[in-house]
Amino acid sequence: MEYLYYPGCSLESSGRAYDESLRAVFSALGVRLKELPDWNCCGATIYMSVAEAASVAISARNLAIAERNGCRDVVAPCSACYTVLLKTNRFLKEGRDLKTKVDRLLSQAGLSYNLTVNVRHPLDVLVNDIGVEVIALSAKHSLEGIHFAPYYGCQIVRPERGFDDSEFPVAMDRLFERLGAKPVYFPLKTRCCGGMLMTTFPEVALHLVDELLGCSVENGASCIVTTCPMCQVNLEAYQKRVNMEFRRNYRVPVLFFTQLLGMALGCSDAALGLERNFEPLAQAAGAGRRS
Amino acid sequence: MPQAALVPGLLPPGEAHLRKRFLEQASLVPGGDRISRCLQCGTCTGSCPVSYAMDISPRQVIALFRAGQMEEIFRSRTIWICASCYMCTTRCPQGIKITDLLYSLKRTAIEAGLYPGRFPAYRLSQAFVSNVNRYGRNHEILLLIRYYLWRRPWELIRMAPLGWKMLRKGRVTLWPRKIRGVRDIRSILRAASELRLPVSREAVEYGPEMVGYKAVG
Repeated sequence: MEYLYYPGCSLESSGRAYDESLRAVFSALGVRLKELPDWNCCGATIYMSVAEAASVAISARNLAIAERNGCRDVVAPCSACYTVLLKTNRFLKEGRDLKTKVDRLLSQAGLSYNLTVNVRHPLDVLVNDIGVEVIALSAKHSLEGIHFAPYYGCQIVRPERGFDDSEFPVAMDRLFERLGAKPVYFPLKTRCCGGMLMTTFPEVALHLVDELLGCSVENGASCIVTTCPMCQVNLEAYQKRVNMEFRRNYRVPVLFFTQLLGMALGCSDAALGLERNFEPLAQAAGAGRRS
Repeated sequence: MPQAALVPGLLPPGEAHLRKRFLEQASLVPGGDRISRCLQCGTCTGSCPVSYAMDISPRQVIALFRAGQMEEIFRSRTIWICASCYMCTTRCPQGIKITDLLYSLKRTAIEAGLYPGRFPAYRLSQAFVSNVNRYGRNHEILLLIRYYLWRRPWELIRMAPLGWKMLRKGRVTLWPRKIRGVRDIRSILRAASELRLPVSREAVEYGPEMVGYKAVG
């Protein structure tokens, strides 16, 4: 199996561990990832609020390049990229005026896009293409003893009808349950972390992060497992600030789901970028390696 | 103008203009016309994780649009505080694309120059868009430095320890790298600016279907 891989800007810097662990996990499972040549920013949620047709065209450039490479599935791990690329596909399918406009813009850059590319999230690929049972067969360690809060964030399940429920997804819960870990009760699993509000309205975003951390700790989670680079930064890097602001003392490790999966598949800590996390998964990691 | 405000179905020219621009923007969103189906049930406001911090709730945004008070929407911080989590869109019983409509409102506000002064969200968007236009990719550090320098330089000092920690963990790229196809981006943008319709400030024709409860059908 081979997929085209669209890392996205965050995975080049603050989410580097996501990039590393994703590549490690896929190669451990024998699935090839080929990076999309010369990809550009998808525009995230921000570009759309400034210019409509241009933002759709810029994100469609990536899909056009994928199409030219004869690819059917593009894997986009970042939630914002995933949702923007999906949305681009839908807008071009449903909005006829927009499609004409965007076609014209793309043709200026010598590109064309005929809506033949599927946008996939790695969690979707792992659970639905590769399969939980196949992953369980390749697992080298049990994740027993790890109690995790499965945090999906908003944009991989909304607004598009994706691969899982838009309010109570279970793909990650099932995957790690099969590998021995225990998902704790976590009703805020698709609640917003604030995203870029951490920069523009920190007082609002800090409050959201505080709620998420509180909910995970109260329900006995030893770590939060997430699928999104923005959520990971907000929950991990701003923990200290939340502690100061709201007089808490949270020390919750926040992992990418590919990091936890890589631990089960026997990838090395360095390959999973575990040393890039602020808070090590101390006791739980010990439990993971015991078997 | 005072008479216009008293006559039902009649709008002051500025208002009618804003309305028209917004409806144009909204028509680009597939399903954007569903705004007329709103029941005012408030599910959007109840589902919104940040509505407590808004001065006008998402439900009120639609109510104000119907009442012909677009300017009040643009003067509020509501549209800028939305974090795009799409919970309202998912839950809306009438299938209204609320998040996408808020984007349309943002675009209209930027176009009309109507956003609260010294407003953070707009500046962040500007810094982001110029990053993407120049390099083809976003560069996190450049984005944050640019934004904070303009908005609250003292925050940069507060952020320094965190920045240092991220740097030590290898989670910062110092220099932006241009993609090879940055020329593609340029030509897309150039073509986009040619496509944009000129904004006229004249009086706008408006049909009764644009106003009040007639808009509900």
